[in-house]
Amino acid sequence: MHAEYLVRMANQIGDFFVPDKGESEAPAAIANHMQRFWERSMRTQLVAHWNAGGAGLSPAAFKAAEIVAAHLAATTPKA
Amino acid sequence: MYAINHHDLGTPASDGAAVTLDIDGQTVTVPSGTSLMRAAALAGTSVPKLCATDTLKAFGSCRLCLVEIEGRRDFPASCTTPVANGMKVRTQSDKLSALRRGVMELYVSDHPLECEACPAKGHCELESMAEVVGVTKSPYNVKGPTHQGAVADTSNPYFNFNADLCIVCSRCVRACNEVQGTFALTVDSRGFASTISASQKESFLASECVSCGACVESCPTAALSEKGLITVGKPEKAVTTTCAYCGVGCSFVAEVKGQQVVRMAPNRDGDANHGHACVKGRFAYGYATHADRITKPMIRAKITDPWQEVSWDIAINHAASEFKRIQSQYGRDSVGGITSSRCTNEEVYLVQKLVRAAFGTNNVDTCARVCHSPTGYGLKATIGESAGTQTFDSVQKSDVIFVIGANPTDGHPVFGSQMKRRLRQGAKLIVADPRAIDLVRTPHVKADYHLPLKPGTNVALLNSMAHVIVTEGLTREFYVESRCDVDSYQRWKAFVAQPSQSPEALEAVTGVPAGDLRAAARLYASGNNGAIYYGLGVTEHSQGTTTVIAIANLAMATGNVGREGVGINPLRGQNNVQGSCDMGSFPHEFPGYQHVSNDKARSSFAAEWGVTLAAEPGLRIPNMFEAALDGSFKGLYVHGEDIAQSDPNTQHVTAALSAMECVVVQDLFLCETAKFAHVFLPGSSFLEKDGTFTNAERRISRVRQAIEPLAGYADWQVTAMLSEALGYSMHYSSPSAIMDEIARLTPTFTDVSYAKLDELGSIQWPCNAEAPNGTPTMHIDEFVIGRGRFFVTEYVATAERVNARFPLLLTTGRILSQYNVGAQTRRTDNVVWHEEDLLEIHPDDAEARGIKHGDWVGVASRAGDTVLRAEVTERVQCGVVYTTFHYPESGANVITTDNSDWATNCPEYKVTAVQVSKVNHPSAWQTRYREFSKETTRVARHTDLATSS
Ligand code: SF4
Ligand code: SF4
Ligand code: SF4
Ligand code: FES
Repeated sequence: MHAEYLVRMANQIGDFFVPDKGESEAPAAIANHMQRFWERSMRTQLVAHWNAGGAGLSPAAFKAAEIVAAHLAATTPKA
Repeated sequence: MYAINHHDLGTPASDGAAVTLDIDGQTVTVPSGTSLMRAAALAGTSVPKLCATDTLKAFGSCRLCLVEIEGRRDFPASCTTPVANGMKVRTQSDKLSALRRGVMELYVSDHPLECEACPAKGHCELESMAEVVGVTKSPYNVKGPTHQGAVADTSNPYFNFNADLCIVCSRCVRACNEVQGTFALTVDSRGFASTISASQKESFLASECVSCGACVESCPTAALSEKGLITVGKPEKAVTTTCAYCGVGCSFVAEVKGQQVVRMAPNRDGDANHGHACVKGRFAYGYATHADRITKPMIRAKITDPWQEVSWDIAINHAASEFKRIQSQYGRDSVGGITSSRCTNEEVYLVQKLVRAAFGTNNVDTCARVCHSPTGYGLKATIGESAGTQTFDSVQKSDVIFVIGANPTDGHPVFGSQMKRRLRQGAKLIVADPRAIDLVRTPHVKADYHLPLKPGTNVALLNSMAHVIVTEGLTREFYVESRCDVDSYQRWKAFVAQPSQSPEALEAVTGVPAGDLRAAARLYASGNNGAIYYGLGVTEHSQGTTTVIAIANLAMATGNVGREGVGINPLRGQNNVQGSCDMGSFPHEFPGYQHVSNDKARSSFAAEWGVTLAAEPGLRIPNMFEAALDGSFKGLYVHGEDIAQSDPNTQHVTAALSAMECVVVQDLFLCETAKFAHVFLPGSSFLEKDGTFTNAERRISRVRQAIEPLAGYADWQVTAMLSEALGYSMHYSSPSAIMDEIARLTPTFTDVSYAKLDELGSIQWPCNAEAPNGTPTMHIDEFVIGRGRFFVTEYVATAERVNARFPLLLTTGRILSQYNVGAQTRRTDNVVWHEEDLLEIHPDDAEARGIKHGDWVGVASRAGDTVLRAEVTERVQCGVVYTTFHYPESGANVITTDNSDWATNCPEYKVTAVQVSKVNHPSAWQTRYREFSKETTRVARHTDLATSS
């Protein structure tokens, strides 16, 4: 999927949670939303984009991607 | 005439205190306010009648229902006389018989009892009443004028008006006024000359009549009668079933002769509709047997090949082998399925089961994605259940009705009529809509406030209403403290109280005058029972979910949830939107909204189904398209849904479909999506199968088979065959067995069964040990979530903005006579009311562009362009244009963009920046569309079955 598509969605999610949860708690809420509603390959591709610098991600979405990355790493079966 | 199996009680029910009286020596106890006629009927005695029927207030004009009351010397009409304690009533005596005979003879002198030849024979109350009172033939040599030979009005495509058979009982006039609320009919002139007139003596078709059929239903004779009675003949059986169109879910009695429906009579015992209907469910069922129905399975290698008709075995095995090939080549998650809100609960359940158990992936989604997915998320987050809180009847107890982003008289007509009834009784009305929908001003109804907001500003509007309510101290603190999460409430309160959220500050954003907004907010908060009704004008936005949450915030803060007359009421578009969501067709949820990551739920499904299930969400429809375009998603099973027409940014969708290697479409017709398909499996219409639908009030109603499936199988059987071919067996003897499995796995459905549905008529879920007969009103003592949660709902303008290139905002909607993508209604006579989609444009915008009424205009957006005919009207505000989306060649979705809701990816259909200009040729897309349609719908005439396997 185009990174631009995923970045746009991640930022939109942030637009809701930042005003509701505040800057510090929003990243966890955004990451939780992605875990509950985004298919794994979408999260994987977002994390790949974040690893590559995360261009276009809002600050909260950027931090959320970091949480998602950790979660993915923890739940990926070892080869 | 009512359904052949209806027992009419004469006058409507009352709900007063118990009254006991004596009727013909029998002691009868009924609620006060009940008429003598109804009390007698309830006791098993039918008093002869003509002008009374139990859906209308008594009128007392025919004088056939006279009775004797002890101590009174006159003969009062039993339909207009209420019961009283200790009353002694006689319904039979020689004197009464003589009086009734006299009345009847007068009637039949002008309406000859030539019943043998009459299509209404067996239905006609004049005929049966004449027999009851002992008048067997019309007098010979009638002196004086009669109405015989009057010219019939056959203008309406579905029913005729034969003035010569009219007895001027005015039931039709009263039905149009009281039940439908259109006020299209009057009794013209007086005495003998009196006759029924539509509008100003116009034909029915040219009049204000909306063809709901209420007058036809109430007419005691064949004066107003369905054409089907003449063309098909007398029905042989009656089957109670549920409308397959909108989310009102009206109950009908299908009267059937052989394999043909004679007529659909609205079911007076129907809990959602109480005997009313609209032009779609009542009359527009002809699509089910339309010549365009595909009844043979078909396959082809490429979408540019002609279709080959094949046997069911070949088609099913071909589809299964393709899915297996794709999965082995590209991985398990390279395929998925889409369920439809037009299908039954049992079918939707099976399709999601096939995807999860046979495909082994959670890539299943439903068309509710593109309409009410924000309702699911928003209501679950705030109050804990993804469903409306009330019954439709609850509106009868509302004092203030707030309609936002919904058009009930067109989209949900039977509920719209019920709402109008309440408004005529004096309830107040607030309408928030960019357009002046009919409810804003309709006979005997006028909105107290119409808030004509700019498309895309719902959240700003609701925040400013909340600002007024909070800053003026109109919240219900006690309610909130006892039932809601107080921390989140305080945060929300502080947010909306900011000056930046005031109506004055947001007026520039919403376009709504601050004074009106303040007054409307005060009215909603302080008018006692306030009920919110909303539709796709709320959900289909990039902030759709935020708007649903803002609505819930408002309802909780004002204490308007948890009793009759109030609530949060999503009006669902298609008939089974609620059901398809309930049945687990979202990629992140099993049936009953149980998240796939919930170990307990997942293990119970895994145990019942005998498979391992994925614990992570699958792809949503728009994500499937994206994945198809990047090459990772290759196979799709589309069950009864037309994504190529209904989803936004058509060119994007069709590119995604073209990128797939196997698209299997199960449908009634070669729909737009079928043009991109490799396997076509013929579907069955609602008349051809058993099952259940769940309407917008969570009401589960039975769909019962009235005719045999045209293609040999009901849809649930086809899905089971496909699953079998994929290597996963599904053994069900009937849809009832599927419902039993659903009940075993879904906590809110535990006590639902076909036997109980037969017993109760319908059931509103939750239906389980705590609520064995269902739950009409939810959240009564506490919210399902426990304490109701508030969220801060910051307004974020959509990325779709007007600029010099695209200076107008396009919004979309639907019209009464047509339904969604129109696949059904376009194949009925409903086209006489809406032959094409039009672009509504304000006179000032039209003039600035040199556009006149009826001109062809090009509509261009960032996504694409199309051509429509212009309708210049002040119904839309300056700067806004509007169209419907019922015809594929209109290409309304060629212009809509792929912007979507942040939480659910529900597309932003309701806001597209466009430019409009006068043109004299179709758009390039339309030209391509016509050629492509021709090429992709060819069916090979001579099929060699052996070579097509
Ligand atoms: S058309 Fe039928 S319902 Fe209307 S007045 Fe005549 S008989 Fe009565
Ligand atoms: S069909 Fe409905 S709207 Fe038309 S005249 Fe009859 S009751 Fe009125
Ligand atoms: S379309 Fe809706 S309102 Fe009309 S008959 Fe069907 S369910 Fe009822
Ligand atoms: S039925 Fe009572 S007056 Fe006609």
